[in-house]
Formats: sequence, structure tokens, C-alpha cells
Amino acid sequence: MLIALDFSAVLSSWPLLVRGVLWTIGLTLVGTVLGLLLGTACAWARARNLGPRSATLRGVVASYVELVRNTPFIVQLFFLFFGLPALGLKLSPELASVLAMVINLGAYSSEIIRAGIEATPRGQIEAAHSLALTPGQTFRRVVLPPALMKVWPAMVSQIIIVMLGSAVCGQISTPELSYAANLISSNTFRAFEAFILATVVYLALSILTRRLLMWVGARFLVGR
Amino acid sequence: MVDFSLWDILRNLLMAARWTVSLSLIAFIGGGLVGLLLLVLRLSKLRGAQRVVSVYVQVFQGTPLLMQLFLAYFGIALFGIKTSPWTAAALALTLYTSAYLTEIWRGCVASIPKGQWEAAQSLALNFGEQLRHVVLPQALRIAVPPTVGFLVQVIKGTALASVIGFVELTKAGSMISNATYKPFLVYACVALLYFVLCFPVSLVAQSLERKLHGNRR
Repeated sequence: MLIALDFSAVLSSWPLLVRGVLWTIGLTLVGTVLGLLLGTACAWARARNLGPRSATLRGVVASYVELVRNTPFIVQLFFLFFGLPALGLKLSPELASVLAMVINLGAYSSEIIRAGIEATPRGQIEAAHSLALTPGQTFRRVVLPPALMKVWPAMVSQIIIVMLGSAVCGQISTPELSYAANLISSNTFRAFEAFILATVVYLALSILTRRLLMWVGARFLVGR
Repeated sequence: MVDFSLWDILRNLLMAARWTVSLSLIAFIGGGLVGLLLLVLRLSKLRGAQRVVSVYVQVFQGTPLLMQLFLAYFGIALFGIKTSPWTAAALALTLYTSAYLTEIWRGCVASIPKGQWEAAQSLALNFGEQLRHVVLPQALRIAVPPTVGFLVQVIKGTALASVIGFVELTKAGSMISNATYKPFLVYACVALLYFVLCFPVSLVAQSLERKLHGNRR
């Protein structure tokens, strides 16, 4: 038996949905900016001939990347939110969510950027050295821009995966889109409609984000 | 109050990890079969098939797995079928996996030179024979490393099934953490167990990739 779908009750809770969308966008924005910074730093630390030569640092960064890439996001989030208070470090749901997203994207993006760096011809680095640029300057001005340009499509996909992953943050009551859908479903008893609506909004968000980021990449990374 | 030792916690988590492994295998095998079907559909010259498959892929890659799980959980119930977290999780993860695998494999097939198709055609092989005897055997070699790599994503994806009440590793972790008041220890153990499951798979995928690239050079 098919029960007729009724969206009216769900649609009338639109302010909740709007708040959820804004939170999802906000989390993604902050998570992406900080995550890319962390990922770049990690890629620099691990890059041969460029980063700090300390083997310890390289080992720490490598362990961080492998640890994050081989455990689920939801466990990382729960560990930060439920686990850390045992050490006396209590985070708000919102802060824990952002932190988890930054840690997650940091690990993935560092691998993506590293792939771009390894595709950079060695002659470029040698040329920069011969111009007496420091390793830091070489990385920032010579290696990073073309590396980012090469791997930008992969990076965009990863950013979208992180945005979709933020749906899990509702589980620790961060008021993002999936949390709004849960709330509406328990207010209206229209679970299927609420989740369909949220899913459609997520789909629209991911399509728009991909367009926007590809445009940003074409505009600011290529042809500089 | 009963005291839980580290061994009690680990033993219970290991019991729950069986369900993570079973769900991953179901999703991987089911998703592989559906993905293969979609791939053939997409490669065939059927009208509209390409469009349908690419919309399918975009929908599953562009929405959170969590929402897909919720929709499966509440959606099956709408048809008057009694839903268990098991069926919902298996269904959602199978569809999710199939969308990614079909896209991965499409890329592998696309990397086979067009001349191979044309050569097969000139030998008067029909579409099925071209795929079976000429294109798929070559694509398979390229497809193995990314497919194994995706298994890691599937294993991690099963963690979300905890949200609809499927008792696997993550759900067991939160239940044990609630019972023992040791969230730090329990979630660290949960993360460690996932790492133990996933890391070897990642290593295998990496070494396969290296081997493949070595052969090509």
C-alpha cells in the first residue's frame, strides 16, 4: 500500500530548513578554508626537498593522514565530542563539527595536494633554488599554484564530500540541514517527506558548489 | 555497578565488528553487481540509458549517505513492508556503492583505446562479445586498484548505519560508552578497530596501483 505523500506540513516549516541550509553552508565554508590550510601545511611538511627535513614531523603528519583516512568521519566526530570531555576538554557541538571537518579535509587534501606537487617537474624547484628562494618561498610561489591547478577537480570533489559528510554533524545536535530534517520529521510525523526535501536541497547545494568552485578554479588558479 | 575491563570493551566491540564486516561485504558485492549492470546499460547504445545512469550516479554522489539511509529506512515502510535497520542499511549501501563503482569502472572502460572497440567490431563481434572478450578484460586490470580502494569507503560508510539503529561497530561503541562512562577509551578503541579493518585494504590498493603503473612504463 502506498501512502500519499504530503509536503504541506513539511514545507510550512521552511524557516527551520533555511537555518539548516545556512549552517551547512557556514560549516562547509569554514571547514574548507581551514581544512585546505591544514592540508597545504601537511603537504609541505611531507614534500621531498621542500618541507622541513625533520623525520619526526614527517612521521607524525603521515600517521595523522593515514589515521584519518582509514576511520569513519562519524567516529572522528564522536571521539571529539564525547571522548575529549573525559580529558577535561569540552567542545560545543558546533565547534566539534568544524574541528572534525577541518581535521578530515586536512588529511584528504594534503594527499591530493601532494599528488599535484609530485607532478611538478624537478627543474622548476631547481630553478627556484638557483634564484636563491628559500624552501618556503619556493613552495608558496613556484610549487603550490601549479600543483593546486592540476588537482583542483579532485579537490572540488573532496570539498563536496566533506559538505555532504557534514550531515552527520546533526547527530551531535549541530543545527545543520539534516538536523533540521530530523526536527521537522518529529514535529510533523512526515519523515519521508522531510528527508526527501532535505536530500533535494543537498543535491542542489552540491551541484551549485561544484559549479562555483570550478568557476573559482578557472578564474583564480588558471592563467595567473 | 559492574566494572568493565579493557578486555570486556574490546571483546564486545570485536563482536560488533562482525556486523560491520558483513554489511560491508553485502554492500560491496551487491553494489558491484548493480554497478556492473549499470555500466553495461551505460555502454550500450540504448536510447536514454546513458542519461538515466548519469542522473542516478549524480543523485547518489551528490547527496549525503546519511539521507539515503533515512530515505531507505522510511521509504520501504511507505510501501507497507516492515523495515528492519538491516534491510534499509543493506539497500542504501548497495545503491550508494553501485553508483560509485559504476562511475569508477566507466572511467576505466573509457581509458581503453577506441581502436580496440573498432577492431572487435571489425571481427564481427556483437556488443556483448566486444565487451566480454575485448574491452572488459583490459579494463578489469586498470579497475582493480581503485575498486579495492573504494572498499575502504564502503567500510567507513557502514558506520552511518548506526544512525538508523543498526548495531555495528559505531553503534556498539556508543552503547558501551554509555554503559561504562569511558567515552574516550571506547571511541579510541572503535577508531582503532576501523583502522585495523581499513588500513590493510588501503595498503593493498596502493601496492596494486604501484604495480600497475610499473607495468605501464
